[in-house]
Amino acid sequence: MSVDPLDSLEAEAIHIFRECVAEAARPVLLFSAGKDSVVMLHLARKAFWPAPPPFPLLHVDTGWKFREMYTLRDELASEAGLELIVHRNSEAEARGINPFDHKAALHTEMWKTEGLKQALDAGRFDAAFGGARRDEEASRAKERIFSVRGPGHVWDPRRQRPELWSLYNARIGPGETMRVFPLSNWSEADVWRYIAREGLRVASLYFAAERPTVVRGGALLIVDDERFRFEPDETPVVRRVRTRTLGCYPLTGAIESDAAEIDALLAELAGSHTSERQGRLIDRDQTASMERKKRQGYF
Amino acid sequence: MTGLLRLLTCGSVDDGKSTLIGRLLVGCGAVPEDRIAGLDDFAFIADGLEAEREQGITIDVARLAFSTPNRRFLLADAPGHEQYTRNMATAASTADLAIVLVDARKGLTTQTRRHVMIARLLGVCDFVLAVNKMDLAGWQPGPFNALCYTFPGLLDEGDTRAIIPVSALEGDNVLERSARMSWYDGPTLIEYLDGVAPRARAEIGAFRMPVQLVSRDGEARYLAGTIASGAIRAGDAVTVAGGASSTVARIAAMGGDRESATAGDAVSLVLADPIDCGRGDMLFSGAPPMIADQLEATLIWLDEEELLPGRRYLLKHGARTVAATVQSLKHQIDVETTAPLAARTLALNEIGVAKLWTARPLAFEPYEKSRDLGGFILIDPISARTIAAGLIHFGLRRADNLHVQASVVTPARRGALMGQKPRLLWFTGLSGAGKSTIADLVEQKLHGEGRHTFLLDGDNVRLGLNRDLGFTDVDRVENIRRAGEAAKLMLDAGLIVLAAFISPFRAEREMVREMVGAENFVEIFIDTPLAEAERRDAKGLYAKARAGDLANFTGVDSPYEVPEAPDLRIDTLTMSAGNAAEAIVRYLA
Repeated sequence: MSVDPLDSLEAEAIHIFRECVAEAARPVLLFSAGKDSVVMLHLARKAFWPAPPPFPLLHVDTGWKFREMYTLRDELASEAGLELIVHRNSEAEARGINPFDHKAALHTEMWKTEGLKQALDAGRFDAAFGGARRDEEASRAKERIFSVRGPGHVWDPRRQRPELWSLYNARIGPGETMRVFPLSNWSEADVWRYIAREGLRVASLYFAAERPTVVRGGALLIVDDERFRFEPDETPVVRRVRTRTLGCYPLTGAIESDAAEIDALLAELAGSHTSERQGRLIDRDQTASMERKKRQGYF
Repeated sequence: MTGLLRLLTCGSVDDGKSTLIGRLLVGCGAVPEDRIAGLDDFAFIADGLEAEREQGITIDVARLAFSTPNRRFLLADAPGHEQYTRNMATAASTADLAIVLVDARKGLTTQTRRHVMIARLLGVCDFVLAVNKMDLAGWQPGPFNALCYTFPGLLDEGDTRAIIPVSALEGDNVLERSARMSWYDGPTLIEYLDGVAPRARAEIGAFRMPVQLVSRDGEARYLAGTIASGAIRAGDAVTVAGGASSTVARIAAMGGDRESATAGDAVSLVLADPIDCGRGDMLFSGAPPMIADQLEATLIWLDEEELLPGRRYLLKHGARTVAATVQSLKHQIDVETTAPLAARTLALNEIGVAKLWTARPLAFEPYEKSRDLGGFILIDPISARTIAAGLIHFGLRRADNLHVQASVVTPARRGALMGQKPRLLWFTGLSGAGKSTIADLVEQKLHGEGRHTFLLDGDNVRLGLNRDLGFTDVDRVENIRRAGEAAKLMLDAGLIVLAAFISPFRAEREMVREMVGAENFVEIFIDTPLAEAERRDAKGLYAKARAGDLANFTGVDSPYEVPEAPDLRIDTLTMSAGNAAEAIVRYLA
């Protein structure tokens, strides 16, 4: 019998969306317009169709995303007919935190971790859907699908609830919130095969094209707007590149590639032996840095 | 592709389990080079947490994925030592097949037996025994042959099994056939995993779907859920367990309706008739599921706080969450021998068989037939933690044979005839706090006003109705449950009931509140500090408890959980008993 694993993964994700909506008081979908976000939004629409998903989208913005992502974000939200909440940490804004003058760790903590916590508190959201997958990073293999965060949104990996069968305990105690990960069991290749199968629109940055780049600290950075600050010896060089993940553009490493459509991309992926987040400069700051960020309240 | 296969790996660290997993993952290209580069050993791939890598231990279940061109595998790896019952049960709950690892030189150990027992209990019936460290056994067939005789003894006759000699360290027979064990002509581990057809469980063939949620679009109602067993086609007849029947008008989906759907699919059904059906109901066709509100089930205790029979817990089964209590524990199960042991409670990582009562009937199937319809979790309503996993065996009584006898003369009408609103005044506080004294004064005042009252006093009830109960946590819970039921009958009779009980646990006070209805319940906290109650010591009980003559005495060697939001708090340091009684009567007016 031929069974596409995507069918099982899709059904599991829809089940998770529905279960969380049935039990949480105020869920929200974290939405960056990246490939995982696009898949999440599509699954959410399937889960509640013909009604729209009964929750808003939340983008925790840093002001340093690729320009294309802002346009795509707004278009996808309005196509889905969903409210889009954009949150920018006003303290980070006032202090002018940016990825050129400040370390990646501080930039991420202020804009993303603190920004996310502020946005969740402000919206009184008790459950946030995130597109994180267990194959992305080692500590995520240990995290639950319904992941409880203590007061202050902190993750305590040693005090997680056992998760059996597909019975999710979505109850929370005072001061606690929940992060919910419907794509936990998906891989990067699953995401791309699903995007191809369902014909979903994603950013062109994922596909190879000639783009102005500089090499810095072992990473290939795309010069996405005029705010890029060059070192004295740097000049942009046009290279044929694409990105595997999309974070803040000055912190997102691109790869040299010829993959201009999904089949080529999947073939490249099958032959690739580096991790998807390798290009993310924010993960390299310190050992186990994703785990630490999660413990501080990152999604 | 032949879909997903969910694996469980069990064995201890010393058996080379992490090394085997590392080799499978790296060999199947599931671990990126930049992650391998940071590690000096395959064994660290599964250990994702900082503390694990620092201490060289595995803390929690790791969920990993890898693929061959033919199949996608999801692997749950349970640590060998720490919390092994809890972690093994969690990892086994979703597994199709278990890879059991043993050291060729040691053969089957106590831990192997425990692991296989728990995996089988959770419904795994396909096993691969990986006989590891063949390199250290000199590549000789002796230990392997011995295990071919002993391992099947741990399994049931119907279980499938394969026994494969491997060296995780050198890679022999994991992904590549070994040149050093020509005496073995069976499959390599990956060949076996790639080709195995997991034994079909004794599934019920009939359609079953717990309804997760109902959404509306104009007139149409969409019943959303994941099909737990069987298949459904548009036009099929379906019934709500314990409710009405209809037919499936549509299987709705974005992008176009479906003709049919099968177990595992997440669907949205539109029925032909507007029958009553909501979250937690079960839709079925064919033979009906079991329906009961008293169950016998195996419980696996997952929490540090032990099981208290009689305490109110929440039970989540399918999409339904109901209040439930463990009525009694039949016996504990010895995880090594599977022999029954006498026990009254279960502590963390212990397994036992229990009778449970649920506040509403559940529609279910025995766990042996369906994991999704026979498995449940228990949740502590206050901490919200998942405290136990349960496997339903059978219903002890058919709930549909019992009906609440509804009378025409309602409690409200009885109360109206007496010119009063029936209420339960619940006095809680330490021994010697002044509960009985104040309750007695309140009753005198109410009586003087012509109210119909009754005072249930903790001490008096313990002399009669609850004479068989002691002061352990378990008995305290049952003491309050009975007092609550007695108070409820009196409320139904139209009375204002005053109940004076230490009632030290928040959970039991909440239980009584729910039992009688929050609108009828007035929690009065008689707040006397321990030092003051002990100073008064009217009955001489504190002196006895301090002398060690009285065990489990609240405040001394048994806890009192202070009410967080009582309806009334009486501070006896600043208020006399008479003033307190007046304040309470005023509150009721």
